[in-house]
Amino acid sequence: MEENDLKKHCKVLLIGGSAGSLEVLMAILPNLKPIINFAIVVILHRKSAEDSTLENLIAMKSTIPVAQVEDKEVLKSGFIYVAPSDYHLLFEKNKQLSLDVSEKVNYSRPSIDVSFESGAIAFGKKCTAILLSGANADGTEGLKAIQKAGGIVIVQNPENAAMPFMIQSVLSTMTPNHIMEVDELLDYINKIQ
Amino acid sequence: MLEDREIAILIEELYKYHGYDFSGYSAASFRRRVDRLYQMDGFENFTELLSKARSDEEYFKHMIEEITVNVTEMFRDPTFYKTLRTEILPTLATKPFIRIWHAGCSTGEEVFSMAILLKELNLLHKSLLYATDLNPAVLDVAKKGLFPLRTIQQYAENYRIASGKNDFSDYYTANYGYAKFSDELISRMVYSQHNLITDGSFNEFDLILCRNVLIYFDNDFQRVALELFDESLSKLGYLALGTKETIKFSSIQHRFKQLDKEKIWKKMI
Ligand SMILES: C[S@@+](CC[C@H](N)C(=O)[O-])C[C@H]1O[C@@H](n2cnc3c(N)ncnc32)[C@H](O)[C@@H]1O
Repeated sequence: MEENDLKKHCKVLLIGGSAGSLEVLMAILPNLKPIINFAIVVILHRKSAEDSTLENLIAMKSTIPVAQVEDKEVLKSGFIYVAPSDYHLLFEKNKQLSLDVSEKVNYSRPSIDVSFESGAIAFGKKCTAILLSGANADGTEGLKAIQKAGGIVIVQNPENAAMPFMIQSVLSTMTPNHIMEVDELLDYINKIQ
Repeated sequence: MLEDREIAILIEELYKYHGYDFSGYSAASFRRRVDRLYQMDGFENFTELLSKARSDEEYFKHMIEEITVNVTEMFRDPTFYKTLRTEILPTLATKPFIRIWHAGCSTGEEVFSMAILLKELNLLHKSLLYATDLNPAVLDVAKKGLFPLRTIQQYAENYRIASGKNDFSDYYTANYGYAKFSDELISRMVYSQHNLITDGSFNEFDLILCRNVLIYFDNDFQRVALELFDESLSKLGYLALGTKETIKFSSIQHRFKQLDKEKIWKKMI
């Protein structure tokens, strides 16, 4: 496997998911070694109310610190960022975060496609993306954009995902670089160091 | 997808031909909006888009409407409105006259929410709500006080969480799929076109709301807008931003003190 590629390329790891993905995230994030030279950004479909339950949950369970997401904040290595409810999360080329309240995409705000496509433009091959369980088609266009820009694209094995639809939607139009089980994902991320 | 170079040319031409300055907009969001427009309107190449943007006045209007993001809600972020009701507006109540500016008001939902709060605090008669936006089309919608009925249920729910005192339906009459809000509310509003980057200060205010507008700007444009707000606020006046926005990247931060929790700052000098 292109482990060396990984070291060279990954500056930002984007993780997208919807229904059934929180469990996977909770199996991964608390077990990660400290991350040193990249940032993790989590984009989950969530209900559209101001609330920070998801941030708090991740912060409580994870050893890696969760950074506050505010407009024009700069992505820092070593932190986890969580896309806030009711905003799309975009990336500037200088690594600033930009938020956006525009129309929902795939019935979702935050939308995974929006963040992934923006990540592809801002970070090109220095962007790795993982798509987890979910029941709608968000994420497919975004993964295509990331792969096209030279980034690495990984999906959870749909056979063992709580909701395989989102991943199957990807597999029906493109070939991701990897299809992985949850423990393989954990291993993979831990090796990015 | 357009190239960075093409986006840069478009920005230059929009300024040259129409005086709209987008040079300090968030590049990520601006590009996304333009790419979306390009696709939606089925352009074959960039030159085609550029020539329409330059000289087709109708198309230019449409373009402004689509590039800017006009999504808004009544009582968006109910806890913010609750804080206005319980903490901010009561401190302004002693004034003989209250001036409020909604900068980037879009189609007016935020302005009507404010008017309802003022009404319930018995302050509406001595308040004036100035509401501005760079996009004249949204102002035309706002002035009418007509909002689609299908959105009202959500707004009524927001209103209730924001500890609204009445039945939300007291404020409008339903007609042909629209909720028409009362003229009493509208009579205290003044709508006009104003660009936060290229236009100056036009009055002094006790409270300025600019919510979910700065997120579309880069740090430089944010600074321009924030300095304009500083200049337009009376001493001890309040500035309210969107839930993910901050003044911490600007020089005005030293003159302001943030309230606990909400994105509301008080001007101290
Ligand atoms: C997302 S809406 C915010 C509406 C409302 N304040 C809210 O929070 O629900 C953003 C608005 O900012 C306006 N806007 C963008 N750039 C502007 C500028 N330079 N000057 C004034 N208004 C601007 C847009 O036209 C749009 O109506």
